[in-house]
Amino acid sequence: MAIRAEIEPHIEVHKYAGLHVAAAAFFALVLQTFLPRYFPRADLLELPLLVTLYFGLSRRNPSTGLLLGTAVGLGQDALSLPQPIGLYGIAKTLVGFGASSIGGRFDVDHPLSRFVLGFLFFHLHHIAFAVTRRLLLAEPQDFFGGQLLAASLVNAALAVALFPLLDRLRRPS
Amino acid sequence: MTVLPIATRHRSLALLTGVVVAQVLLLAVQIRAENQVRLIRVWAVSAVALAQEPYTMVVDRASSVWNGYVSLRQTRRENENLRAEISELRLRASKLESQAGEAPRLAALLEFRESYAGLPMLAARVIGSSATGGSRTITINRGRRDALAPNLGVITPEGVVGKILEVYEDTSQVLLLTDRESGVGSLLAATRSQGVVRGSGEPEAVLHYVINDETVAVGEQILTSGQDRIFPRDLPVGRVSAVQTGNPFKLIRVRPAARLDRLELVIVLLSQRGLPAAPGQEAPQPVAEQPGPREKHPPAN
Repeated sequence: MAIRAEIEPHIEVHKYAGLHVAAAAFFALVLQTFLPRYFPRADLLELPLLVTLYFGLSRRNPSTGLLLGTAVGLGQDALSLPQPIGLYGIAKTLVGFGASSIGGRFDVDHPLSRFVLGFLFFHLHHIAFAVTRRLLLAEPQDFFGGQLLAASLVNAALAVALFPLLDRLRRPS
Repeated sequence: MTVLPIATRHRSLALLTGVVVAQVLLLAVQIRAENQVRLIRVWAVSAVALAQEPYTMVVDRASSVWNGYVSLRQTRRENENLRAEISELRLRASKLESQAGEAPRLAALLEFRESYAGLPMLAARVIGSSATGGSRTITINRGRRDALAPNLGVITPEGVVGKILEVYEDTSQVLLLTDRESGVGSLLAATRSQGVVRGSGEPEAVLHYVINDETVAVGEQILTSGQDRIFPRDLPVGRVSAVQTGNPFKLIRVRPAARLDRLELVIVLLSQRGLPAAPGQEAPQPVAEQPGPREKHPPAN
């Protein structure tokens, strides 16, 4: 099954097999739970966010972008006991929508723009998560901090390295 | 700059609103009724556990082959023996420290191991951890088939790890001592003052309900009190890492005795009964329930 990207003038068209998208999202969730067992500092990584961001930016279709964000977020919620299901779902839905909405306005293939977008969307994701947690669960959650800054820089750098690998999943147009 | 057609944009915004509202409602439903396991959680955990187990086996095997047979064949074996010996010595040292405090406790601790022999236990391998830094859980390769049930205690030879939170067919999720939802009935080894060690979401936990008049020293050992009916008494929980005067109770930070960031094998206590009360002591009472805003789990782990 092929998922079609919106065709924009002067913008490259990228198509991905649905199976590849699903496999990338599933693999990100597995690694997210698997890596911290061997590398404690790997809890800084947000691989499901990076996968959501990549496909949102590349496919440039807000509807599929937000639905992918929802699916990945709910999957991450389901693996994050005792946290209720929906916190990451909402945050990643917004990221998927935001990324696919602006995907056509930037050169998202340039490493610098990938770094900046990775950094900004990490903080957008965290703010959405923190606001939901504060408003709905009445639980304390910091908006900013040294740890968050470090995590956002690490994930932005990882986006620069990871996105070219995901580019290989593109189907020839 | 490209702009999406208005109809497409409105359709996407409507979809976004619908999906977010649906998830908010989903959260609201869970806040009211958290006790049952959601089907999506069961599916997700089962699917990921299926993938994790082969990964774990492959990595463990590769690591074992490299370390044990190629690179450090002899050293690896010696290391394993030494680690086993260290674990045994730590358990013995913990017993001796506690025995030095008080004569009646001496007799109880001498019977510690014998009493444990009566408790059914099960070894389990850790096959995964939480998907987020916020929640502190691990996944073990034992489940309903092995007669596990929620609220069973999980330990290592070094000390308390946590309790079983959810049980699936072949796997279970363990809530670590350091999770915000966690709590263990505990006491200070030197003074026998009782409190509850709760997680803070950080690597260290906090001992609550110790009054300011108590003298608490950094480095002092904290043991289980047995009051929560999950862990037998006098198991090591951790050591005091910092003490501050609070209002009305002291603020005591606790470094867990078990290495919660490097867990590989754990022991599940298959019974929730504690050790029998020593002569002259009252039978342990369960800690009063203090349900949180969205959880109905027992407060003391």
